[in-house]
Amino acid sequence: MVPVPGRLKRSQTSQLKGYLFISVLVNSNSELIRLINNAIKNDLASRNPTFMGLALHCIANVGSREMAEAFAGEIPKILVAGDTMDSVKQSAALCLLRLYRTSPDLVPMGDWTSRVVHLLNDQHLGVVTAATSLISTLAQKNPEEFKTSVSLAASRLSRIVTSASTDLQDYTYYFVPAPWLSVKLLRLLQCYPPPDPAVRGRLTECLETVLNKAQEPPKSKKVQHSNAKNAVLFEAISLIIHHDSEPNLLVRACNQLGQFLQHRETNLRYLALESMCTLASSEFSHEAVKTHIETVINALKTERDVSVRQRAVDLLYAMCDRSNAQQIVAEMLSYLETADYSIREEIVLKVAILAEKYAVDYTWYVDTILNLIRIAGDYVSEEVWYRVIQIVINRDDVQGYAAKTVFEALQAPACHENLVKVGGYILGEFGNLIAGDPRSSPLIQFNLLHSKFHLCSVATRALLLSTYIKFINLFPETKATIQGVLRAGSQLRNADVELQQRAVEYLRLSTVASTDILATVLEEMPPFPERESSILAKLKKKKGPNTVTDLEEAKRERSADVNGGPEPAPASAVSTPSPSADLLGLGAAPPAPAGPPPSSGGLLVDVFSDSPSAVAPLAPGSEDNFARFVCKNNGVLFENQLLQIGLKSEFRQNLGRMFIFYGNKTSTQFLSFTPTLICSDDLQPNLSLQTKPVDPTVDGGAQVQQVVNIECVSDFTEAPVLNIQFRYGGTFQNVSVKLPITLNKFFQPTEMASQDFFQRWKQLSSPQQEVQNIFKAKHPMDTEITKAKIIGFGSALLEDVDPNPANFVGAGIIHTRTTQIGCLLRLEPNLQAQMYRLTLRTSKEAVSRRLCALLSEQF
Amino acid sequence: MQFMLLFSRQGKLRLQKWYVPLSDKEKKKITRELVQTVLARKPKMCSFLEWRDLKIVYKRYASLYFCCAIEDQDNELITLEIIHRYVELLDKYFGSVCELDIIFNFEKAYFILDEFLLGGEVQETSKKNVLKAIEQADLLQEKTETMYHSRSFIGCKKAY
Repeated sequence: MVPVPGRLKRSQTSQLKGYLFISVLVNSNSELIRLINNAIKNDLASRNPTFMGLALHCIANVGSREMAEAFAGEIPKILVAGDTMDSVKQSAALCLLRLYRTSPDLVPMGDWTSRVVHLLNDQHLGVVTAATSLISTLAQKNPEEFKTSVSLAASRLSRIVTSASTDLQDYTYYFVPAPWLSVKLLRLLQCYPPPDPAVRGRLTECLETVLNKAQEPPKSKKVQHSNAKNAVLFEAISLIIHHDSEPNLLVRACNQLGQFLQHRETNLRYLALESMCTLASSEFSHEAVKTHIETVINALKTERDVSVRQRAVDLLYAMCDRSNAQQIVAEMLSYLETADYSIREEIVLKVAILAEKYAVDYTWYVDTILNLIRIAGDYVSEEVWYRVIQIVINRDDVQGYAAKTVFEALQAPACHENLVKVGGYILGEFGNLIAGDPRSSPLIQFNLLHSKFHLCSVATRALLLSTYIKFINLFPETKATIQGVLRAGSQLRNADVELQQRAVEYLRLSTVASTDILATVLEEMPPFPERESSILAKLKKKKGPNTVTDLEEAKRERSADVNGGPEPAPASAVSTPSPSADLLGLGAAPPAPAGPPPSSGGLLVDVFSDSPSAVAPLAPGSEDNFARFVCKNNGVLFENQLLQIGLKSEFRQNLGRMFIFYGNKTSTQFLSFTPTLICSDDLQPNLSLQTKPVDPTVDGGAQVQQVVNIECVSDFTEAPVLNIQFRYGGTFQNVSVKLPITLNKFFQPTEMASQDFFQRWKQLSSPQQEVQNIFKAKHPMDTEITKAKIIGFGSALLEDVDPNPANFVGAGIIHTRTTQIGCLLRLEPNLQAQMYRLTLRTSKEAVSRRLCALLSEQF
Repeated sequence: MQFMLLFSRQGKLRLQKWYVPLSDKEKKKITRELVQTVLARKPKMCSFLEWRDLKIVYKRYASLYFCCAIEDQDNELITLEIIHRYVELLDKYFGSVCELDIIFNFEKAYFILDEFLLGGEVQETSKKNVLKAIEQADLLQEKTETMYHSRSFIGCKKAY
């Protein structure tokens, strides 16, 4: 291996071979890399353009971090040096780009940046092309540095677009002037917002020229000519959409794309559909896009290429609004029946979102979702049917209709399991609304559901069992029949724990409880609080950073009155502090005598929601744990069967840093793990907390760490609350604890002599500055422990100050961003009475009070 | 551009150029999947498809498929023309290029590609300039060959 670099100097061919070898085969072998880097360094310094070129190619091809470290400083210099040859400049620009992409931190900005911008004016178009690529990428991270490139790019583009085909000689490609360069310049312009009026005028003219040229008859029959021409056109349209500021340009672009929608060439149809999706979100062109709806629907039905059909679906989704929602949803549903399996789930999600968003009449919404389940039941994910249930519960007017429709749908000989789930739930809640009709009497409803029982999975059967107990409550006449079912051996001794438990408990409940209690326990489900649709979140996750779904958000913000506003939400707080969730929580309002916090629907709450649900009440024992942490900084803050939270913190003057360790005590992953720090309105201005988000997945047995940077802005009394939400198995966990960031953490001890102490003590003699507390000792009154606590509290323990040696005296300074507050304290123990008297004197009353309260708890 | 692959109708890989750092295993996996996907496409279908989170632009020239993977915001049509320009360069250099030329002179194919694209971006769009650079390199090589009176080892993979 070693001889290779030696060979690199011998001859051109060996050099070529050597470099080829390196670029194709070498990955990262440090010995070799050092030698190679040396050889490259020599070549770069050689001033021979061929050698320099080869060296740069090699660096660009390998682009490893070691090379970046070695050469990232050199290459900018080569790039902007006046005497560098053009071909070398090109290579240098792209080489630098490659290094920047792999190791952005090793390429610092410098005064070379302004000279690179000037390369845009270079005579040699190859140099300009390379420089434009480089600037486009750099400008995304450092827009300020490269601002000046905008006007240069615009004028360059103008010159190219208006040039005659003979001007650019070899850079003309099938009668299209410098298409690659034009596309790159247009891309560069998309890194910046619309420029100021002087440049903008020029740019608009230029874009209009491009649009005009598209209408002219082609100069050549070759497909290369039209491809190049259209490439520039599509990029120009992208720029127009990005700027989103010139209505006439947008409309023209839309018309141009509309023409392409029916073009002979499939490629163009595909691209037109894609570009129109982005156009659909702009308010100026939205209406123009809608005019093409028939063409798009036609494409959906007749296109042979599945990828084109997919684009058509995307476009329909993007252009959907209240006027055409019903039509579009109908079309999408009929497409769904024959759609490719790989894309069905996405279409299902989209239809669900559209149906919900644009439903004026919710009966239509219910019909649509039931149709969805009928056509593509397998691809209807949980979020979708959770959502339909939420909506039915929240809207009184559609409950009867939903019950009736679901009942009818269930009568089909083969219905999808999701339909049984939805049907089971809705009949359980609202079956009484159709019980009057003899065709849907309670017994018939029950028999209908029970006929599907044995065909269903465990989860569905569990749901059906809950429905049965609700039936017992709603229709006492069915009690005997249902109890018979529950009593059956297959239920009571069922292998699955959940089913067995439910059967046993429901049977007991129905036997033991009086009708009143039963009615209270199984009361109708309260309306769900409005939250961001989890379906939208799921779609975004599926599609990644796809523009279509993001535009949805933009559209939603603009058309604010879409759905008639959120429902009133008196829902109970969501909290399941233990994994064995309250079974009756599925349908229950809290029974009157019960103590534990109310819990609503473990399974059926919008558990995939992104926005934080109501914060759980503080976990039991939170206060004691909190008190333990006043005088110490490390330890376990909270622990239950699933989660352990540990703390480690350090403080200096008015700043602090706290490491929060979350330990997963189980063997199952936690999903959507979200810790949030909540500061009340009073606390917010006084305490600044900064943290980075934590990985939402915590593996079983793993521990994740979160760093919180703390700054004490001003003195504060309350404590922030740490709220943790996550999914464990099928349940939703919500834990809150008080975070022990207290004022005394910012306490810095100050040593002082006895005289100073008493002098200051006398100075702080006004009644507001002193706070005294006499309290009973909670812990044994041990001197050493007391001393340790005072030191742990943050104060300096001053010896030989107080005439009574049994008393404890301390002094320190509370550091905040704004001020520093001196504090003096005196603790007098009374051993016989087992009591203490604590005196705090500081220059600020609130501080005295808070410190006194904090410290009193410690003894 | 993230990578470019050339493969025959039987799925044999003739040239691969990667512009992003990936492990060998990943490269093989990607190649396998992509080749399958592209070969499954019918002739009348459009030249673009979405694959994972990338856009794939491909075109078939005689028995070879030229396949490029670009990022979401890149321009597809211009990539199609990049492919075409590359084919033109090969054509000019080899004189009516065919698959065999690429098989036996793969290193020349790589050199030409490197002169044309660097780091995934178009470097030089003038056909003349690219071919001139290659010509110069060739001249130097011939000079050394005549000096050493021996055929150089280009084309022999086991040279090292």
